[in-house]
Amino acid sequence: MELFGAIVTLAGSILLFLGALGILRMPDVYNRMQAGTKATTLGSILFLAGISIGHYECGCFGKMVIIILFVIFTNPISSNTLARAAHFAGIKLTSRSVKDDLADDDLEKKGEEK
Amino acid sequence: MISIIITVLGVVMILAAFLAIRTKNLLAAIISAGVISLLASVIYLMLAAPDVAMTEAAIGSGLTTIIFIFTLKKIRKGDLND
Amino acid sequence: MADLIYNIAAIIALAGIVLSFVRLILGPTAADRAVALDGMTIIAISLIVFIAYYSNRVIYLDVAIVYGLISFVGIVAVARYLERGI
Repeated sequence: MELFGAIVTLAGSILLFLGALGILRMPDVYNRMQAGTKATTLGSILFLAGISIGHYECGCFGKMVIIILFVIFTNPISSNTLARAAHFAGIKLTSRSVKDDLADDDLEKKGEEK
Repeated sequence: MISIIITVLGVVMILAAFLAIRTKNLLAAIISAGVISLLASVIYLMLAAPDVAMTEAAIGSGLTTIIFIFTLKKIRKGDLND
Repeated sequence: MADLIYNIAAIIALAGIVLSFVRLILGPTAADRAVALDGMTIIAISLIVFIAYYSNRVIYLDVAIVYGLISFVGIVAVARYLERGI
């Protein structure tokens, strides 16, 4: 049981490392944001679940569930707010991106007002 | 194990402090100060002081960042990327 | 055996903190730096939980709970500043 928890923890830490590598290597803000939010959220969930599986005799299962719920709730909120702010602050997408729906919606709205 | 983590986090803290005092970009300096108190909280925890770590997390990483950004908003009318 | 795997996992997570910090130094805009701060915060929560496991104290998990609650407030403040909100 302890070995299984350790392996789950190792998988979570590898996901955390890959998320950090995506933050370092992706070309623009939005790609970095999706690497740094999705991968690190799943990685931290696996990390915490692995420790609470392999160390179940400590009686800390409820606190682990609370921490996982907080991570699930707060991490997409901050990422969504930051992506919206970066778009409205005028930070460009990378030259390899093909579609920008939010900018298209803004153009349509301005056209209707005129 | 604990000594390895303390060494790496201490080196990162010193680099963040150097960035915070050398950069011309005030928003980058504020974010670097947030990183310093984040890592300081982890190091306090490893030195077996969880109450100090909790206070540092709440005040240093949350409250001072908001107060600094509010002050920056007051003193300058919103230049974006500087 | 299991302890060795836990230690390796903690060192890999520590390398993740260092990589995110490199992006925080390099980042051309403020939004890049905020993204790097977000990633560092999440990895630091995992590291705090590992320290609680390593030193066998359940009370250390309270610090991780406070981090999970407080951490996103700073990111939202930076985002509202970029959006000219506050």
